[in-house]
Amino acid sequence: MTSNKPLSTIKPHLVVVGNGMVGHHFVEQVIAQGGHENFQITVFGEEPHLAYDRVHLSEYFTGKGAADLAMTDGSLYDDNGVRYFTNSLVTQIDRAAKLLVLKNGETLSYDKLVLATGSYPFVPPIPGHKRNNTFVYRTLEDLDAIRNCAKTVTRGTVVGGGLLGLEAANALKNLGLETSVVEFAPRLMPVQLDEKGGSVLKGMIEGLDVKVYTDTATQDIVDGETAFHRMNFADGTHLETDLILFSAGIRPQDALAKQSGLEMGERGGITINNHCQTSDEDIYSIGECALWNGRIYGLVAPGYTMAKAAAGHLLGTESLSFTGADMSTKLKLLGCDVGSVGDAHAQTQGCKVFVYQDEISQSYRKMVVSEDGKKLLGAVLVGDNSYYDTLLQYYLNAIDLPAQAQSLILPAMDGAPVGLGVDALPATASICSCHNVSKQDISDAVCNGALSVGDVKGVTKAATGCGGCAALLKKVVDNELLALGVEVSTDICEHFAYTRQDLYNMVKIEEIKSFDRLLETHGKGHGCEICKPAVGSILASVWNDYVLKKEHISLQDTNDRFLANMQKDGTYSIVPRIPGGEITPDRLIVLGEVAKEYALYTKVTGGQRIDLFGATLAQLPEIWEKLIAAGFETGQAYGKSLRTVKSCVGSTWCRYGVNDSMKMAIDLENRYKGLRSPHKIKFAVSGCTRECAEAQSKDIGVIATEGGWNLYVCGNGGMKPRHGDLFATDLDDETLVKYIDRVLMFYTKTADRLQRTSVWMDALEGGLAYLKDVVINDKLGLCEELEARMEHIVDTFQCEWKTTLEDPEALKTFRQFVNYEGVDTNVVFVEERNQMRPATDLEKQQLIAKAG
Amino acid sequence: MTMQWKLVCKQSDLVVGAGVAAMVNGEQIALFYVPESEKKVFAIGNWDPIGRANVMSRGLVAHLQNEWVVASPLYKQHFVLASGQCLEEDIKVPHWSTKLEDDNLYIALN
Repeated sequence: MTSNKPLSTIKPHLVVVGNGMVGHHFVEQVIAQGGHENFQITVFGEEPHLAYDRVHLSEYFTGKGAADLAMTDGSLYDDNGVRYFTNSLVTQIDRAAKLLVLKNGETLSYDKLVLATGSYPFVPPIPGHKRNNTFVYRTLEDLDAIRNCAKTVTRGTVVGGGLLGLEAANALKNLGLETSVVEFAPRLMPVQLDEKGGSVLKGMIEGLDVKVYTDTATQDIVDGETAFHRMNFADGTHLETDLILFSAGIRPQDALAKQSGLEMGERGGITINNHCQTSDEDIYSIGECALWNGRIYGLVAPGYTMAKAAAGHLLGTESLSFTGADMSTKLKLLGCDVGSVGDAHAQTQGCKVFVYQDEISQSYRKMVVSEDGKKLLGAVLVGDNSYYDTLLQYYLNAIDLPAQAQSLILPAMDGAPVGLGVDALPATASICSCHNVSKQDISDAVCNGALSVGDVKGVTKAATGCGGCAALLKKVVDNELLALGVEVSTDICEHFAYTRQDLYNMVKIEEIKSFDRLLETHGKGHGCEICKPAVGSILASVWNDYVLKKEHISLQDTNDRFLANMQKDGTYSIVPRIPGGEITPDRLIVLGEVAKEYALYTKVTGGQRIDLFGATLAQLPEIWEKLIAAGFETGQAYGKSLRTVKSCVGSTWCRYGVNDSMKMAIDLENRYKGLRSPHKIKFAVSGCTRECAEAQSKDIGVIATEGGWNLYVCGNGGMKPRHGDLFATDLDDETLVKYIDRVLMFYTKTADRLQRTSVWMDALEGGLAYLKDVVINDKLGLCEELEARMEHIVDTFQCEWKTTLEDPEALKTFRQFVNYEGVDTNVVFVEERNQMRPATDLEKQQLIAKAG
Repeated sequence: MTMQWKLVCKQSDLVVGAGVAAMVNGEQIALFYVPESEKKVFAIGNWDPIGRANVMSRGLVAHLQNEWVVASPLYKQHFVLASGQCLEEDIKVPHWSTKLEDDNLYIALN
């Protein structure tokens, strides 16, 4: 990847060598401060890719591509006149002549130079370390090579049980290898953890089928007998493995600096001052190659701070200097929480220690406090990081510890105060270390009009790095709002000073049948995109009116207004209902024929239905005419309503099925298919406890038992998956339906707008037990009404597409243009894997260029 | 500069409280019929510069802090109907004057 901007010789030339996260952040900072106006900027990267997110490198193995991890696609550079060269190694600096020499022999002059060359993985010089099938874990290319090798072998070993080593072990495990970790030190994560913490972590990791060898030195690596390698250990034992991954720490990539005669640390690293200048004042160094006060900082947050300090000094814009960084960390390794704060090893003179250990749930926590017991000096957490944020704030801000300091690491008992109120944090408290945002910065942002977490994020960038501070950020923002006297409002919007539940009750009790009437009697102004669809949904839940009735049409979000799902290019996808996922060959053929006729991209959905993509607005009625003629109904994939009831075949076909889950799924889907609700609702029915339909991940899950049906409620997949809770067991068909009627109607009646069932139940005071009380014991005396309401919805069901096709007024709104019969020429498809998909902007340009 | 009124469609082609799309001289225009407003009908470009598709006419009409706006159906940014100004980003879409006369809708070309 290379830009072809001509080199201007008028401005002084700023060259950045190294395009990792920190080098990139430096360029971002320079651009943000307008530095590209004063400097011609050139960036060199040794890797084939522009900067990418190395912190989340492992996600490359779990579905993310290089593009997802990229910090930039180059447009930031292009748009601001930054020239960049990937695959380009700078081999020499001639400081006297201020010239750089590239690997291909070319030279380039600079006025200011920034070395952000990063680090390289240290490979211990064990005989045999250069054999085939040995790797390091640093670049996308490394990961490609590991993945390729892992495909052909079964056993993998990581040398190094530190933070990165365990991360790499997790990756090997995810690649399906029998995984081992070999650590030279007597415990895992020797830098961050004490002996006990390391051994608890070891136990947890071994519980996940990863073999851990601590206190183990590898003497040599030779041919194996049962595997590719044999690692011979100093104690005479050995380990056979196919793949070896070295993750034994990092070393600064400082060869270039050394060659040019810059001052270096005794054990490497480019010496820098508080402005990140090296011994040559025109050369800066930042990130893992830089040595400040005798120390290398191998985390991204200090690197970012260095980048900011260097940019500010270079441009004379900011007085921020780099004066060291806190190396506290929290992370999840192989699913285990690990946290380390400050003096984790209790090395401070006279310090005292609190320890809490729970061998049943496998957790360990240690606090190191000052001799007088007043200040927190350090902490170690294994197994549960929920204590971390509070401890870190006590440590970073030197806040006086409370009287019962040990409560900070003890499990919360009923009624006991947990954690530190954000009120107690000083203004200088660092909330986001990635972007160096203090409590004061957040307070300033709120005072200047950022009145929500989203706004504050936008202004300060807090919680947009690693995201670890998101929960704390929300607390601080809410607290600042409260301090300003801003009520944290539960009103749905500026037009109605009510919650959704209030509006639902008004609509029902006062028999209000239109938005205008509700606005007139209880609201003000003219409505917006928040209240209109919310009220539209309430009206539909209560009265089950046709959503495209003249007085309702302007309330509907685009998907509800056109009864289809809008895609990125403005075309729609169509999902006919296929109850329980059961479909006859004839109907399947109809779907195929329709898709073929209109050249629709066709995909099976996660809910056992078929989604047809790429229909234009004007095609929707034509297509539905054909589908309805073949007996299909709308699937309401566009609505906040019942989506699907997923199912397995159950006892009709399956050897293990104990009940007819197929019939139950179809009956349930047909019963609830018309219900409009605060958010989408998904069901599943499994025919036995093998649970092939994954019912426990649904809002309503039903699993067949020998004695009838078990009912699970309020589960979901998606961004924050949650298993459903077991609500009742061994129900007969009739009771099952009765309970579901009540749960769904109670949800529809009381939930907030866009609140899934799980969040709704968690927010009910009393949670699951309360919900059971309402639904099973009729605690509120509501059950009869809930059932009657559901019966009304079931009785008045209409297929919205059928109604629409019979209504010429409604059909008129499906025209692409009111005054022109043509099509939207911006909708362009290209072929991929024998189907159509929307063309990208680039492809559109190419097509236009070709046509021209 | 003379203003030229161009007949676009009938009033009955518009949808009360919502938008429709029209094609005028090869340009896609989103028309919003808001009887409660002073202007009655607003015309802005149908191209959503953030979502990069011709969808503006299919957004929801809203009234926020005394201004009529449309929320883009793709990513929900608000655009002021009278000026085309986006409220969340420094971006503007074109806008046109309109008039309703004898059941006909005209927009001003300049």
